[in-house]
Amino acid sequence: MGKRDRLSGNEAVAVAMRQINPDVVAAFPITPSTEVPQYFAAFANDGLVDTEFVPVESEHSAMSACIGAEAAGARTMTATSANGLAYMWEMLYIAASSRLPIVLAAVNRALSGPINIHNDHSDTMGARDSGWVQLYGETNQEAYDNFIMAVKIAEHPDVCLPVMDCYDGFITSHSVEVIELLDDQDVKNFVGEYKPKAYLNNPNGKVSMGPLDMPAYYFEHKRQQAEAMKNAKRVILEVSEEFYKLTGRKYGLFEEYKMEDAEVAIVLLNSTAGTAKAVVDELRSKGVKAGLIKIRVFRPFPVDEIVAALKGLKAVAVMDKADGFNGAGGPLFTDITSALYGKADVKVINYIYGLGGRDVRTDDIEVVYDELLKIAETGSVKSVYNYLGIKE
Amino acid sequence: MKKINWDLNNISWKDITPGGIVEVPGSASDTITGEWRSDKPIWDKDKCKQCLICFPVCPDSSINVSEGKMVGIDYDHCKGCGICANQCPFGAIEMVREG
Amino acid sequence: MAFKLKEEALKPERLTGGHRMCAGCGAPVVVRAVLRALKAEDQAVICSATGCLEVSTFMYPYTAWNDSFIHSAFENAGATISGAEAAYKAMKKKGKLPADQTIKFIAFGGDGGTYDIGLQSLSGAMERGHDMVYVCYDNGAYMNTGIQRSSATPRFADTTTSPAGSSVPGKQQQRKDLTAIMAAHHLPYVAQTAPLGSKHGGFKDLHEKAEKAIYTEGACFLNVLAPCPRGWRYDTPKLLEMTDIAVDTCVWPLYEIVDGKLTLSYIPKEKKPVEEYLKAQGRFRHVFKKGNEWMIEEIQKEVDRTWEDLLNRNETK
Repeated sequence: MGKRDRLSGNEAVAVAMRQINPDVVAAFPITPSTEVPQYFAAFANDGLVDTEFVPVESEHSAMSACIGAEAAGARTMTATSANGLAYMWEMLYIAASSRLPIVLAAVNRALSGPINIHNDHSDTMGARDSGWVQLYGETNQEAYDNFIMAVKIAEHPDVCLPVMDCYDGFITSHSVEVIELLDDQDVKNFVGEYKPKAYLNNPNGKVSMGPLDMPAYYFEHKRQQAEAMKNAKRVILEVSEEFYKLTGRKYGLFEEYKMEDAEVAIVLLNSTAGTAKAVVDELRSKGVKAGLIKIRVFRPFPVDEIVAALKGLKAVAVMDKADGFNGAGGPLFTDITSALYGKADVKVINYIYGLGGRDVRTDDIEVVYDELLKIAETGSVKSVYNYLGIKE
Repeated sequence: MKKINWDLNNISWKDITPGGIVEVPGSASDTITGEWRSDKPIWDKDKCKQCLICFPVCPDSSINVSEGKMVGIDYDHCKGCGICANQCPFGAIEMVREG
Repeated sequence: MAFKLKEEALKPERLTGGHRMCAGCGAPVVVRAVLRALKAEDQAVICSATGCLEVSTFMYPYTAWNDSFIHSAFENAGATISGAEAAYKAMKKKGKLPADQTIKFIAFGGDGGTYDIGLQSLSGAMERGHDMVYVCYDNGAYMNTGIQRSSATPRFADTTTSPAGSSVPGKQQQRKDLTAIMAAHHLPYVAQTAPLGSKHGGFKDLHEKAEKAIYTEGACFLNVLAPCPRGWRYDTPKLLEMTDIAVDTCVWPLYEIVDGKLTLSYIPKEKKPVEEYLKAQGRFRHVFKKGNEWMIEEIQKEVDRTWEDLLNRNETK
């Protein structure tokens, strides 16, 4: 089963799309996600898929057309980045609250302004409360695998929520890596047929969708949506287990790298994990008990599991590739510290790093571990909210 | 007969339809908008020539038509706008104050 | 197909009573007339932009729609329905729908959702050529939020954001010619119409144009005048008196453009002066104040210019 190939992250995701053969793809180009619909349009026009490809005039219409298509009974996907995702913002909420299992390849890029095409996480972090499940991936392989799993997670009857497959612009989207592709048939079997319960194009049951929801019911709908997000955690693990059986590739809520006996650790998302792992290896070779946590599932946020993983550590640094502009820290930091509150007494500091594509090298990561080791030694934190790699 | 049969005040969030989907077409007919009316159209069967002009002009689908014939007014939904009376060429619909 | 009201009345009603549009509203009259043009056996998927029509016809759990219906937001009815139409094509291709099942895709938007905030999404959907009809029910202002001016509001009309003040007398700009903009998309069928009183053939014009729009393959557009008694300030029974005078003064010309060829559907024997249209509505009361005669003259000049232009372009003379 499967075959090895050399593909960029975007190409790998487009291949996943081809293998899934969705009913509708509606998308608008924006760097660095452009290649996904571009590759896919070629698949469509070469007759490799049965999909209706809708080349819309904007990202707002991309998500609107996805909503119309998914509501009509079609398995639907799209891709975007940065300002495109921001332009979809209104519709992201409507997709989630309408409980439509759309899948979106979110190729992380800095959100304007000033305009910048390079990678950080300010785009998808802005959508973290939109009601979408968010999966993050370090490598091309993870972007590909997450995309396939996303379909199954989104469409699970206990979830019925849209899913974002987030991976780093250029670093992951455009770098070519060797990845293991599944057989087309295995993908088709894995995702199965999309069988929505009620949909617009159903010849046997007419439905109305998208009501004016007054105070009498709106709250109940939101409560139900919140429950679906809670359910998503269990479903993600179930789907990941099934994927493991198929591929031998294991995915959880987050990856723990050398955490068994770690005393200090960094928590982060996506491609920087690769750089950080190299630093952990280097530190370990010197006898330093350093570890790393790479979050895969950011929404729903794995609160209890994070507490269990960080409990007993002497110091933790949360690295955010997006600032929070709340005067206190980045979004991942805020979630980690609120998870720990009252459950574990761990010293946590925050680094904002890599904004707008600022390069992150092993030297930078070493600075962070050095600081953590100082905190571990002295027990005191000099500064909680910090910037890494900034020109002071 | 009501189309929506829930206990509207006590439906749990666990039982409410997901995303606000409604699988009962035309359930708005449960809503009695006739209560909004201040003027009431009265149909005079004898003056009526069955031209059916009153039928398409009604914003509230409240001209009852059966087998191609005007048979009465749906007072549950008629809001008393008076367009039917205004358009009837035969004076077969008259607006009167609701009592 | 000739319009026979008696036969049309045998079809199932697609918009039920019990919706919460104001008494006398023009929009549901337009909606009913458009949907009546569907063949009884055909299924429809209907979309509405946010607006009076949407909030009044689908307040959870009460839907006035007997067909499948979707609303998602204000500015995207064009994109939303195009997604549903794309789904239909894909589902048909994959055998997920019966081969003999016909579904028609119809979107409704007010002038706010169509001329203004939804113009981009509409333009995109039309240009892509989805097999759909977009119907604008044009009542000439943002009525749902309380009668604010839109780009469809006629010049000098008094609205809550273009009030007839002592130094600025109502809306200053001409209305946008959306029907022409849609025609410039090279659509197979574009028409301007209205529900009318019996002297103008009643619902014949609207019905026949709706039927053509629905059953012409590709993206078609209807711009339908839909008076609003609150916004225009007239008594509710007079709905069709408003549309009648609008076509007799040529303020709202009736025409269709088929594959680029324009045909006027109605040429009044005697074009009535625009005063007759204006005086029927409270929103133009200030133009009749002493010293404001120039406003009526300017409105008349604009109506004449537009009408002359249409007469020159009319290919069926």
